[in-house]
Formats: sequence, structure tokens, C-alpha cells
Amino acid sequence: MAGQRPTTAPEPRELLSAGELDVRYQGRQILDVPLLTLHEGELLAVLGPNGAGKSTLMRVMALLEKPAAGWVRFRDCTGVAAERELRRSAAVVFQRSHLWAASVEYNVAVGLRLRRTDRNETASRVRRACSALGIESLLERDVGDLSGGEAQRVALARALVLEPEVLFLDEPTANLDAEVRASLREDLARLARSTTRGTLLITHDRAEAFYLADRVAVLKNGRMIQVGTPSDLYENPTDSYIAEITGAELTLSGRVVGREENLLVVESGGVRLLTLGTAPNGANVRLAYRPEDLILADAPRESSARNRFEATVTEVRPVGGLFRVRLDGPPEVLAVITRSSAEGLGVRPGARFTVHVKATALHAFPS
Amino acid sequence: MTDIILRSLYVSGSALLVASVVGLPLGTVLALGRFPFRRTAATMVYAGLALPPVVVGLAVYLLLSRSGPLGALELIYSPPAMVLAQALIATPYVAAITMAAVESVGPDVRLQARALGATPLQALLLHLREVRGSLIAALAAGFGAVISEVGAVMMVGGNVLGETRVMTTAIVLETRRGNFGLAIALGGVLLAIAFAVNAVLLALSRQGERRLFPS
Repeated sequence: MAGQRPTTAPEPRELLSAGELDVRYQGRQILDVPLLTLHEGELLAVLGPNGAGKSTLMRVMALLEKPAAGWVRFRDCTGVAAERELRRSAAVVFQRSHLWAASVEYNVAVGLRLRRTDRNETASRVRRACSALGIESLLERDVGDLSGGEAQRVALARALVLEPEVLFLDEPTANLDAEVRASLREDLARLARSTTRGTLLITHDRAEAFYLADRVAVLKNGRMIQVGTPSDLYENPTDSYIAEITGAELTLSGRVVGREENLLVVESGGVRLLTLGTAPNGANVRLAYRPEDLILADAPRESSARNRFEATVTEVRPVGGLFRVRLDGPPEVLAVITRSSAEGLGVRPGARFTVHVKATALHAFPS
Repeated sequence: MTDIILRSLYVSGSALLVASVVGLPLGTVLALGRFPFRRTAATMVYAGLALPPVVVGLAVYLLLSRSGPLGALELIYSPPAMVLAQALIATPYVAAITMAAVESVGPDVRLQARALGATPLQALLLHLREVRGSLIAALAAGFGAVISEVGAVMMVGGNVLGETRVMTTAIVLETRRGNFGLAIALGGVLLAIAFAVNAVLLALSRQGERRLFPS
């Protein structure tokens, strides 16, 4: 109502959402997504390994492909009305963008011409979009003469020039060299945020997803296994795949032997470890942990870490300013420590230490 | 002689126009459509490339002759009959080359166009734009097939002086009469016309794209 003032932080508003999605190719289900919402002002990454169904999910959400069942909602519309609205207000950049055999200028202007935008306005918007992506000098160039990085910048300019409400990016940097990728990635996130009201980024590159996105939706075998902020996923992975992609080691395995408070008791290599997770007694589990969460001490000591066990150093490897230290109790684990603590403790193969690790730093996943 | 040259251009040009109106959409539909017997239809179009003009002439003759099913139209031995026969010869050329050209670009083009807001029709035009050079080649091949053809026009036109005589039939007649000079002159004009038409079509495909495909 007019005159009413918001009193609390506003709830995130829905921009585009899809639900109860079921996509099948030749009878085989390849996508099963109960609900995914892109919020106003958000960059949402869909992360998953190759073949997880990410690109299919994007084409369905962009209404370029019809699912066997499910709905997509945009501006309170679904079905044909949503498709009409979205065609006008969305733009998609594919992994391998098709550029029309013509000049860069023609390609960047193509969407505006489809919308019958005034000639002068088209020219000025094309110039603006190209200069934002650093390809202003290429305007007259034939697209056949462009490098891969330049071509993908043209594809991005062509999408951004439309000032789309929703921008879909399907692995936009996957085909580029590492160096080009890094520079494009920076521009991409900045421009996506300043130009659009919401961006859906499809990627198999976890660094890209965690670095650029406000929220990350993880897709595996066609199923959405977790949606959350990068720190949610880092701190509370619900799946061993997510633990792994957020930098955890999954070398430890064991068996659930009991329960203590909210924690599981897992036996691994003859040692009882308290861990987070849900699994029935007797279940075999893999334990995810981050090597930097392991603390080495020359004797058991007072600490809040509820897990401790003796282990012998089997390998020490310098990595930058850090050391990766492999130890075997059993169990066999990997720790990352600083150069100064390695020197202070005298870490070398054969040395024996007490390993301390917090119960909340271990996540058990059924194996 | 001028009227023979103009009649040749009129008959073969009209036949190409008819073949384009039929062949361009037909080739596009066969390339992009998904319907039963599409493969069979495509094979028939390719087989049409090997259709002997005299067989087409015979079929049109039987259709339009006084006692034929369309004999009442009294079209036999008239330019419209020649246009019909040549259109039947040119259509497979236009359709087959169009089909191959449209198929040579993947469905990604239309997906990309739709992803930038194109309607299905706009997406199709942006697809055809990518193969515009080959579409011009399809027209050139169709025209080449009919301007040089003699069998069908001879059979359904009758080579009547001042009415249905065209360059190819005139060359046949003058050679038989021993008027080699006239035959050679007509042959030279025919080659020059074929060259000129192809040059114009090629120039169109290079420079005229902006007019053909609004950008």
C-alpha cells in the first residue's frame, strides 16, 4: 500500500522459478528438480559434473526446451505467457555461441534488430556494450577472424546489449584458455550484476561458482542435492560430492558404531572418531575433512578438539608457503600446516604426533 | 533473332520463378521438418536431379495434348507449356541444393536466435541467412539446368517460329539446315547469357544480402 514503509530487511523476491521438473530423453529421466528459484538481484550458479543435466536445466528454465512435466514461472506467468515474456526479457550465452557470418557489429545488434529497436539507439547501445567488454575496436571485424576469447566476448556483448532482466550463462568460459578465462570471468560477474536483475550461471568449475555466485545449486545425476550460499555449502555439505568440491579430503572411511549427543561415533583404522552426519549404526561411511582443520601436536594436549589419535609422518611436501603432511595412525590422514609450525614441531618422515580434530570438522557420508 | 533470345529468357526465367516458389520452401521443410516419409521424399528430390528432360517433356505432352487430361486448356505448343516443363526440371535442383544447404547448419542457430528473443519465423530467417550463398547457388543451378535444355521445350513447344522457338531449339534446327554460322552465333549468345546470369547471382550473394535479408 502507498505510504507503507518496510520495517525489516525485505525477503528475497522471486524473479524466475521452476518446479516439479521432469525431463526425459528416450524414456530415461535425466532431470528431477522439485524447485529452483532465482531471486531478484541474484547471481545463482548451477554447479555439477559433466552430464549432470545442468545445460538441460538451463534450457528448460529459459523456456527453450519443454520438460515432460513441470512448470516455469516468470512475472507471475506460466506456460505460453511466460515464454512470450521471457523471450522478450531474457538472453542466453551458450558454451559454444553461434555467431552469424557477418561483422561483430551485426552480431551484437542482432537481438535489438529482432526487437525493432530504433537505428540510432541500436548503434549507441551496441557501442556501449562493446566498450564495456573491451571489444569496441573489433566492431567492423568479421567474426571469422576472432580468437576464441574475443568471440565469447562478442556473445556476451550480444546478450548484455539487450539489458535482459534474466541472463542465462551456460559454461560461458569453459572453452577458453586459463588466462582468458580469468579476465573474462571478472568482467562477466561485474556486468551481469550491473545490467541484469538476475543471472543463472551454469558451470562445472567450482571456483567459478563459489567465487562469483550469491548462491550455488549443486546438481548431480539430474538431482538437486543442495542449494545454498557458498559458506553454507562449505560448512554444511549434505553430500560427499559437495564436501569434495569445497576442498575436503575424502580419504578416511569407517563404520558407524554408535551415537553420542548429536554426533555419530565412527570407527576408522581402530580409532573412534566423533563426526557430524546421519547414518544408521553399522553403516559404512566416508569421512570428509579439510586438511587445514587437522592440528598436529607433539603430545596430547588440552583443546576443544574431541578427536585425537597418534600417527606417524610418512611424507612431507612443500606447497607454496605451506606443507602437506601425510600421516598414518592408522587411520591415514592428510594435514596442511604452515612452514613455521612444521619447523617448530620438527615435522619429518618417521616423526610421531598427536592429531587433534574437532568433531564438527568431520562429516560422515554413507559410502 | 532477338525475339528468340527474349523468349528463351522469358520461358526459363518464368520456370525458375516457379521452381523457386516451390523448391526453396520444399527444400527447407525437408531439411528441418520431422514427419513420416521425410527421408523418402528427400530421396525423391535427389532422384529428380537425374530426371531426363525428354521424359519430363513426354509427361507434360501427355498431360496437355488435345486428348490428355488437361487438353481442354489448349496449352500444348505454347510458352506456358514450356514454362511448366522447365519448372518441373528446375524444381529438384532448387529443392535439393536448398535442402543440403539448410541441413549443413545445425539446430544451434535457431536455438541461439530464440535465445536472443527471435520468434520462430525470425529464427528461421536467421538460419537461412547463414546459407544465403548456397541458396543463390541453388537458383543458379536451376537456371543453368533449364536455359540449356532442349528436349522438353522441343516436345511441348514444337519449335514454332515466332511462337515457341527458343535458342536451344533454334540451334538444333539451324545445325540440321547447315546454317552453322547462325547456330554458332546463337550458341555464343547462350553461353554469354549463362555467364551473365551466374555473375549477377554471385554478385547478389556477395553484396545484396542486406537487401535480401534485412539486418
